[in-house]
Amino acid sequence: MPAGPALTLRPPWNVTDMENIILEMRNITKTFPGVKALDNVNFKVREGEIHALVGENGAGKSTLMKVLSGVYPAGTYDGEIHYDSEVRAFSTISDSEDLGIIIIHQELALVPLLSIAENIFLGNEIAAKGVIDWRETFSRTRELLAKVGLKEAPSTLITDIGVGKQQLVEIAKAFSKKVRLLILDEPTASLNETDSDALLQLLMEFRNQGLTSIIISHKLNEIKKVADKITILRDGGTVETLDCHKEDISEDRIIKGMVGRDMEDRYPPREPKIGDVLLEVKNWNVFHQQHRDRQFLHDVNFNVRAGEVVGIAGLMGAGRTETAMSIFGRSWGHKITGDVSMHGKPVDVSTIPKAIDAGLAYVTEDRKHLGLVLINNIMHNTSLANLSAVASNGVIDTRREAQVATDYRSRLRIRSHSIYQEAVNLSGGNQQKVVLSKWLFTNPEILILDEPTRGIDVGAKFEIYSIINQLAAEGKGILMISSEMPELLGTCDRIYVMNEGRIVAELPKEEASQESIMRAIMRSGEKN
Amino acid sequence: MAGETSASNTTSIGSYLRNNIREYGLLVALVVIMVFFQVITQGVLFRPVNITNLVLQNSFIVIMALGMLLIIVAGHIDLSVGSIVAFIGGLSAIMLVKWGLHFSIVVPICLILGGVAGAMQGYWVAYQKIPSFIVTLAGMLVFRGLTYLVLQNRPIGPFPKDFQLLSTGFVPDLLAFANPAPTVVTNFFALVVVVVLVIAAVYFGLKKRRTNELHGSENEPMVFFALQMAIIGAVAIFIGFQLSTYRGFPNVLVVMALLIALYTFITNRSTIGRRIYALGGNEKATKLSGINTERLTFYAFVNMGVLAALAGMIIAARLNSATPKAGVGFELDVIAACFIGGASASGGVGKITGAVIGAFIMGVMNNGMSIMGLGIDYQQLVKGLVLLAAVFFDVYNKNKG
Repeated sequence: MPAGPALTLRPPWNVTDMENIILEMRNITKTFPGVKALDNVNFKVREGEIHALVGENGAGKSTLMKVLSGVYPAGTYDGEIHYDSEVRAFSTISDSEDLGIIIIHQELALVPLLSIAENIFLGNEIAAKGVIDWRETFSRTRELLAKVGLKEAPSTLITDIGVGKQQLVEIAKAFSKKVRLLILDEPTASLNETDSDALLQLLMEFRNQGLTSIIISHKLNEIKKVADKITILRDGGTVETLDCHKEDISEDRIIKGMVGRDMEDRYPPREPKIGDVLLEVKNWNVFHQQHRDRQFLHDVNFNVRAGEVVGIAGLMGAGRTETAMSIFGRSWGHKITGDVSMHGKPVDVSTIPKAIDAGLAYVTEDRKHLGLVLINNIMHNTSLANLSAVASNGVIDTRREAQVATDYRSRLRIRSHSIYQEAVNLSGGNQQKVVLSKWLFTNPEILILDEPTRGIDVGAKFEIYSIINQLAAEGKGILMISSEMPELLGTCDRIYVMNEGRIVAELPKEEASQESIMRAIMRSGEKN
Repeated sequence: MAGETSASNTTSIGSYLRNNIREYGLLVALVVIMVFFQVITQGVLFRPVNITNLVLQNSFIVIMALGMLLIIVAGHIDLSVGSIVAFIGGLSAIMLVKWGLHFSIVVPICLILGGVAGAMQGYWVAYQKIPSFIVTLAGMLVFRGLTYLVLQNRPIGPFPKDFQLLSTGFVPDLLAFANPAPTVVTNFFALVVVVVLVIAAVYFGLKKRRTNELHGSENEPMVFFALQMAIIGAVAIFIGFQLSTYRGFPNVLVVMALLIALYTFITNRSTIGRRIYALGGNEKATKLSGINTERLTFYAFVNMGVLAALAGMIIAARLNSATPKAGVGFELDVIAACFIGGASASGGVGKITGAVIGAFIMGVMNNGMSIMGLGIDYQQLVKGLVLLAAVFFDVYNKNKG
């Protein structure tokens, strides 16, 4: 299918241009079961500008872009999308792509073992009656690659080029579809500084040629560099839109907009009774599980005391989950070095059974894939990690097992019709409680909670916080990883901040605030 | 549904049937198939001698289905069992016939060798993470090749009498002195044992219902329990009576029954069984719960090898000769029995009773169609369609529920 000219040229961007709006999203509201992900969001993008969309994890940025691109089809949300001065109702992604709205996701959608040319025209092949015209494909690919400044042969396989170049292939692919509004989700998250700069430079060039882009990013310094406008989302609502040409916007100004929310009493009160150091991790160095020559964690040091709730804050990809999993029986990573001690004595945590014996428990962030056997019932899931405690000589005492499951079910208030209900049929909050039951039954001294309230409703969150408080009161040490900063601030006695595989700050409760955490992340990011 | 908070323990008959349609369906299917062939073969199917044949012909499929079920529940497959059957059968023939060793030495050695064969494959699957389909496909070829090598392309036989009894012998009538009707019942012991077992099953079934009630866990409605017990009891006593008018219990029937009981216990009550179900249900979560999933997979294959070796000896003894072509295609019958019995190809789901009933469904169909004089062509065709229908039934139920 011939695709016509690659880029429709528009008048160059002009600061004093009148209201030439290409996109306006009006009063967008999107609800998921139990959660209001977007609440009356308004978002306006002018033709030919780079518009940054910022906000914390879970603020609704990705959801908004999914509404725009038709991933969530018209009718599943409330509100109106005006594009090119017409109301649009996209029911599939290809509807929005036909009008030139192209999203490049953080996880690149390229097929590694196909060539650049094949990837660019995947699903959109230049072909007659099902037979691909390779000559035309290759010459078109060369034009597109020249446009994005990528010097690679069209026949090169995706797997043989780096992430930075793969990002450019995605952009070239967008151009092959006559892009008018390019949306980039965290485009520089996995790029090094040189590649990031080159990419940002390219975006600015495209802007001068008239292309409109929306960029979602956590890297505020980069946003400051390229953005004409910045829209801030928080808790599923629009906070404000800043015009970078009217005033000088500082990073602190953006951060304030992102986090400025009041902390109601969403967190049950607690009187911390903090004891001796329970868990101590020293000089923890870990290489990446897949890219085995890339060091992922650098000299991580931290400790957790008895009765203390310690948080680890950081952005996605900062290395928090990897830290926890590498300590928990080396269940992540490669070439792991460092020392772990409990009660001041070194312990062997080299396998998961040994880590459990040492008194560790890890409650995963991915309960469906790593936490539960979904097709098994509550009782079987509860006893799984400590089956020998309800068995003698390898024979399960089913009565004792049922007793244990019943106890945890009432203690954690798991709502189900019985302990024989399959985990797959429980709500997110109740599933999380089953995972907690499983680990509490191993009687750990240290409980590592990875995003313990992800995807569960407000009421269940409060219950989880209450359980955390109760465990701390029993003298257990809690290490809590969370992307929700208010949650960390509301529950933790001390917060470590991680960024790019390093611990970049340790903040006692009194010094911890969303601003101080964000600042620690941003500063360390600029240093590297 | 998520958030459901109804706390009732007593479920209505309709909803119970809907949730457990698979198990009852299987039992009903077996009974229907039995009755169908009983009618169409004009009563030949349930003649004492034919029931004995049925048991002898299918015992090895049932025995291997026990191991295969564990493999499938663990999320794997084993295509090599037919070849291991031939290989171990050949080795036992060499030891018994050529070397003249006593069967009390040969049987344990062969079981160990079967375990070694299973271990060799389990190693690649469990520790090197090579898909079991490929490893056991290779094993299927390798062990078949080895069989031809050790037998040098010729069958070996006949076996010593005592070894043959393993497969063709019968349990003697230990209660002959008490036989009230020696003209009809030629093996009173068999009849008594069957009746005692049925009574015991009813007694323990009722006892279990009572403890379930005490602990508030779910019971099947009384109607279903009674109906199920009545059908199983009636069929068992009928078959037991038929056998008792012939030569009593074949030895393999006893071996098979003990193994079924053992593996039912392992899957329901042992930690290793529970962990295999968890492994098949979600390997990553099981591993993160501190369970050595590799070793578990390895053991499942070792176990399969041992059971295949036992089956190999039973077949060799029954045919009274070890041939290089023994056991060709058995792996498919065994796997089909498990899937007909409700095991899930993606792992984590399956029952021993299901696999056993699945094996008997296949066995009765084979036997019935043979009596009818249908050729191998129709037999294969019908078995294939039954397999597809059974699995479709599963998928349909799951999507609907």
